[in-house]
Amino acid sequence: MARIRTTVDGLVYEDDVEPRMLLVQYLRERLGKTGTVIGCDTSNCGACTVHLDGLSVKSCSVLAVQANGSEVLTVEGLERDGQLHPVQQAFHDNHALQCGYCTPGMIMQSIDLLGDNPDPSEHEVREGIEGNLCRCTGYQNIVRAVQDAAQKMKPGAHASTSSSAAQPVAGGGA
Amino acid sequence: MIPASFDYVRPTSVDEAVQALVEGGDDAKLLAGGQSFIPVLRLRMGDPSLVVDLGGIPELRGVREEGDQIVVGAMTTHHEVTRDDLLAQHVALIQEATKTVADPQVRHRGTLGGALAHADPAGDLAAPTLALDAELVVVGQNGERRVPAAEFFEDYFTTAIGPGEILTAIRFPKYTGWGARYEKFNRVAQAWSIVAVAATVKVEGGSITDARIGLTNMAGTPVRARGVETALVGQTMSEETVRAAAQAAAEGTSPTSDADAGSDYREHLARVLTGRAVLAAAG
Ligand SMILES: Cc1cc2nc3c(=O)[nH]c(=O)nc-3n(C[C@H](O)[C@H](O)[C@H](O)COP(=O)(O)OP(=O)(O)OC[C@H]3O[C@@H](n4cnc5c(N)ncnc54)[C@H](O)[C@@H]3O)c2cc1C
Ligand code: FES
Ligand code: FES
Repeated sequence: MARIRTTVDGLVYEDDVEPRMLLVQYLRERLGKTGTVIGCDTSNCGACTVHLDGLSVKSCSVLAVQANGSEVLTVEGLERDGQLHPVQQAFHDNHALQCGYCTPGMIMQSIDLLGDNPDPSEHEVREGIEGNLCRCTGYQNIVRAVQDAAQKMKPGAHASTSSSAAQPVAGGGA
Repeated sequence: MIPASFDYVRPTSVDEAVQALVEGGDDAKLLAGGQSFIPVLRLRMGDPSLVVDLGGIPELRGVREEGDQIVVGAMTTHHEVTRDDLLAQHVALIQEATKTVADPQVRHRGTLGGALAHADPAGDLAAPTLALDAELVVVGQNGERRVPAAEFFEDYFTTAIGPGEILTAIRFPKYTGWGARYEKFNRVAQAWSIVAVAATVKVEGGSITDARIGLTNMAGTPVRARGVETALVGQTMSEETVRAAAQAAAEGTSPTSDADAGSDYREHLARVLTGRAVLAAAG
């Protein structure tokens, strides 16, 4: 057993795990975060994608012990004050899912992509999500959703979704 | 599937890692980015008793300039390689090849050292490493040795790294001002190369004055296309001369036949892709 301490979706967890435990198993079976799913045995499908210290990874291809001391963000940590993340909202608005199995991974990878390239072309979106497979093959709307989210996430484009509570009150700064 | 049980250590220096590896004996295995190793464990194609994680050793990470060489730590990730300014300036070919590896998630974790140590014949980083005449730094109980890339890749999944040894760095000569192109042929997203060609050329006053070409998946190890290199040097740059020189690309190769391609088709691909790669590198 190895003791690990991680921050997952903003909360700190400490646990004893077997070294062979995969990060995705830890998230699902220990923390109950079943929003992150497993779609394959070969590290190909990307359904299990989460962010590890700010970078997207396939959580089936990382050991839980390797995440010791790190920060993990899953699809369950995206919503803020009852508001979906703009990428979640765009998937909803553009019907970017059929069975929905690939969706958590697609959303996490799309957020990673937009962090890197806020205004991707269609080709760049397709390259950016090439590690994520949709068995329903609904790529058309997924690509549309990512481009829609990119537009909505442009500075000033969605003033209503960023809560003013997070900003210091005018004149309040020392 | 879930891997079988193993013990796990995460040393903080190369010396400690070598120690752990030696004490662990035959059943001890190194873990780098895990992007080949963890899938192997999950498929139960490997069953180590001890896993030595190289992820906690700061000296194995990062890119630095040392005299006339650029030194890349073995644990530098594919993602870091693709964004490094020193590599962009002096070793563009390794960067071009690394951009084609797998997908963003795998590139965030996978490492240059791990990919070279794994030595998959379809892996994309061995051919550029060979073409660039890199030196591979290997450390064991008896200290450090530097292996030329031409001697490092021995066979399918087999390298000159001995038992109890760790690949710590890859030292590239500088190719400042050379054009570079990695031309990869595969069928679908995130797929391995059926064949690929790594080319870097120096063009001066409209002539090719120097060229390095390596082939991926044309044998159990990467292959240097020396015949093409020789045919190119001294030629005036034109599509015709490049395509003519590229006809020698499959000489001395022994490509496999598999579900993706027969060996004769691979030879054809090597010639076509070499032409494309050199033209793009020179362009
Ligand atoms: C979906 C998918 C697609 C991929 N597509 C491609 C592709 O198109 N092209 C490509 O080139 N690669 C591809 N890869 C493989 C990827 O490049 C891996 O990152 C790489 O092969 C292994 O690097 P790693 O750091 O993850 O090593 P690991 O998986 O941790 O280790 C691989 C092997 O090398 C040994 N090892 C690791 N580091 C050292 C060291 N420093 N010294 C000695 N031995 C060491 C380990 O013991 C192990 O046997 C793909 C992988 C996946 C999962
Ligand atoms: S479950 Fe992780 S890539 Fe398929
Ligand atoms: S919506 Fe079914 S797998 Fe993508």
